[in-house]
Amino acid sequence: MKILVCISHVPDTTSKIAFTDNNTKFDTSGVQFVIGPYDDYALARAVELKASHGASVTVLNVGEASTEPTIRKALAIGADEAIRVNAFPSDSHFVASQIAEVAKQGSYDLILMGRESIDFNGGMVHGMVAEMLGMPSVSPVMRLDIEGDLAKMSREIEGGHEEVEVKLPFVAGCQEPIAEWKIPNMRGIMSARTKPLNVLEPVEVGEFSVVENYELPPAKGEVRMVDADNVEELVRLLKEEAKVL
Amino acid sequence: MEMTDKKRAIKGGEFLIRETEAKEVFIPEEWTEEQKMIANTCDEFIEHEVHPVVEELDSHKNPDLMPQLMDKAGELGLLGTSVPEQFGGFGMDFNTSMLVSEATGGGHSFAVAISAHTGIGTLPILYYGNEEQKAKYLPKLATGEWKAAYCLTEPDSGSDANAAKTKAELTEDGKHYLINGQKMWITNGGFAEVFIVFARIEDDKYLTAFIVEKGFGGITMNEEEQKMGIKGSSTRQIFFNDCKVPVENMLSERQNGFKIAVNILNIGRIKLGAAAVGASKKTLQRATTYANERKQFGTSISSFGAIKYKIAEMTTKLFATESALYRAGQNIDDAYDALIAGGMDEAKAKLKAAEEFAIECAILKVHGSETLDYVVDEGVQIYGGMGFSAEAPMERAYRDARINRIFEGTNEINRMLMIDMLLKRAMKGQLDVMKPAMAVAKELTSIPDFGAAEDTSLFAQEKKVLKNLKKSGLMIAGAAAQRLMTRLKDEQEILMNLADMLIEVYVAESTLLRVEKLVGVKGEEACATHIDMARIYLYHAVDKINSVGKEAIYAFAQGDEERMLLMGLKRFTKVNPFNLKEARRRVADLVIAENQYPF
Ligand SMILES: Cc1cc2nc3c(=O)[nH]c(=O)nc-3n(C[C@H](O)[C@H](O)[C@H](O)COP(=O)(O)OP(=O)(O)OC[C@H]3O[C@@H](n4cnc5c(N)ncnc54)[C@H](O)[C@@H]3O)c2cc1C
Repeated sequence: MKILVCISHVPDTTSKIAFTDNNTKFDTSGVQFVIGPYDDYALARAVELKASHGASVTVLNVGEASTEPTIRKALAIGADEAIRVNAFPSDSHFVASQIAEVAKQGSYDLILMGRESIDFNGGMVHGMVAEMLGMPSVSPVMRLDIEGDLAKMSREIEGGHEEVEVKLPFVAGCQEPIAEWKIPNMRGIMSARTKPLNVLEPVEVGEFSVVENYELPPAKGEVRMVDADNVEELVRLLKEEAKVL
Repeated sequence: MEMTDKKRAIKGGEFLIRETEAKEVFIPEEWTEEQKMIANTCDEFIEHEVHPVVEELDSHKNPDLMPQLMDKAGELGLLGTSVPEQFGGFGMDFNTSMLVSEATGGGHSFAVAISAHTGIGTLPILYYGNEEQKAKYLPKLATGEWKAAYCLTEPDSGSDANAAKTKAELTEDGKHYLINGQKMWITNGGFAEVFIVFARIEDDKYLTAFIVEKGFGGITMNEEEQKMGIKGSSTRQIFFNDCKVPVENMLSERQNGFKIAVNILNIGRIKLGAAAVGASKKTLQRATTYANERKQFGTSISSFGAIKYKIAEMTTKLFATESALYRAGQNIDDAYDALIAGGMDEAKAKLKAAEEFAIECAILKVHGSETLDYVVDEGVQIYGGMGFSAEAPMERAYRDARINRIFEGTNEINRMLMIDMLLKRAMKGQLDVMKPAMAVAKELTSIPDFGAAEDTSLFAQEKKVLKNLKKSGLMIAGAAAQRLMTRLKDEQEILMNLADMLIEVYVAESTLLRVEKLVGVKGEEACATHIDMARIYLYHAVDKINSVGKEAIYAFAQGDEERMLLMGLKRFTKVNPFNLKEARRRVADLVIAENQYPF
């Protein structure tokens, strides 16, 4: 079984968000980057499947050289080899096209990734990749088991769960609790440096989107607590200060 | 020590008499990607596995919880960083193992348990065990299958470790030692399978160490101690009643126990400094976040100057300890490499290298634990009433920090030790303190040199100040030694003063060198805050040295000598005015904006 896990390289959730270049670029200075948390679960499940079923796990990241520490962390967690497509991940379509290209070369049985990246949260890449490859795509997958050439999954839907079965190969967008989240161990870290990390040049893709500018959401206003018994005061404030009544 | 091709071998304690160049020091900004990943693994483990259960650990309701956490740490390989690969560990260098200590240092009670296991529990076997002992115990200790404790202290023998009364008596058939006695304050005692026990054979002058397995029998213990802090760590009194230890479980040779204890403690001490840096970082992080979120008078309290002062001081002290810590750690690694190249075996070389830098190890134990206490104290203050509440994290941080000034040799013992070692090395001619001390004495009677043109390059001024601080130390230590001679060891107050001078010189210099090296890489502009911190710390050192220096001089000198020494001290602690307030604000503003320790 061959598993491709696509990982994003995203700012840690506690990062301070700021922009540069006239608000057209995310300011990466001082920002700690991590494996996308949803991707991390996809990777963890791939590593579990490797242990239980025997599989080779390839991680793939579309990113510039600065993402390599993140990629090596994925190797430390248990992937066997890595591919970096050497390009800035400008939008979902671009990333999906690169992934599809790599996938075509590798004939993978499973293509796993997070349900979305936590930087731009587009949540579109898995669907696009599946479309480009003519494979089924399932998301958000919270349980994934493989039996023969069948994948049995549980997917979150409005108000419940949906049990899905598809034939390999397929694409899945994953999320917790699909696997037990993994911290790289010392042995993994030491072996990461000897695992292959291949760098490929991107394929040409038309540009479908342009960032005009970013804006931070307005700062939250102050909260005023009004005593529960004092409804008149609340009404007065809503009328006179908030001017919503 | 032999010279390596690349680096001039640096001697321990030499910093006092030699000018170190920035390129000679290791700085934390040079961690490799792999080392950072290792630290990250520790951070994640502490964050996800330990922090959610600290409360439960402290309650002792589930005595299996701590050993279970240790098992998980073992699975990640965190217990085997110092153990060579052939014994199931990872054989990492010393500085990396310090980084692991730092990164687990914010783990409250767990930090103490893991450090006792991997340090004083495992290292005696690693460094003094014979091949059979290493093969039998190390692989199990490296994975955590067996957990270790270290039994030195007794009810009547704490700082005076060699006064231990526990006895080891050879059985008639010559196959066993029977150990009898009582040990106290034994970390991990409640769940350890392996105990390093120090006992006296017959009327030996020095103790002998043994590897004792719980299964040998004759071991009983009291309930858990009720402690002020690190409540979750197991601390027991242990009784040995005819505990039958096979003779082959003697560690090293008879009467070598005291030496083992001392040498293992060198390593333990500097690692305690590392753990203190880790705990300080966690505390600063929380205090800063709180200061940013807490609003009073309509604004975040982090916008108040009084709070900025605290944040800047916490950050600067922490940065300074960190600078000294890894500088010394690298020195130990380099010394080790040189010894190995000279043909020494690994275990011996590790010990010898740490022994060479025993002064620095003691400095870092003291400075690390005192920085942490400063940081938690101001952490509580920044939290205000919430700092005093057991619901918020500062209360625990405050209580847990306190032990660090007590164990691994109290800070008083460590202060005396560093001066004692310095003087011994000077006597033996290993450190040529005499020449520079005499040069200072001569300088005192000559007219100060006002002529030299001002050097305006970065840190030229600061380096001059640092040189003068060293002169202050040499001047006062030299005069005290001359005047008091053998009585100096009984004048502990003066020894404490001298130790403080030594500590401040080392830490201030390390900070300056770190920043200078970093400026060389990144340029002045990118290091503006670092430069501020180096200066803030240096000015602290100047004040401290001036104040303890005066105390020492008042204590032993009189008349003309006193006047001359005081004049010299004044001259050597003279600095140009520098707006510390603004510098602190710049440091604090960066920490506040980044909402974390940003270095
Ligand atoms: C939580 C905890 C865990 C511990 N874990 C371990 C462990 O795992 N294994 C182990 O063997 N020990 C352990 N210890 C013991 C610890 O190392 C000792 O408590 C410490 O060395 C001090 O000894 P003491 O308590 O007897 O204090 P004392 O030696 O009685 O010291 C009391 C005071 O007198 C001062 N003092 C003592 N002698 C001198 C002197 N010559 N000159 C000036 N001042 C002096 C000390 O600095 C201190 O301020 C632990 C202690 C605690 C509290």
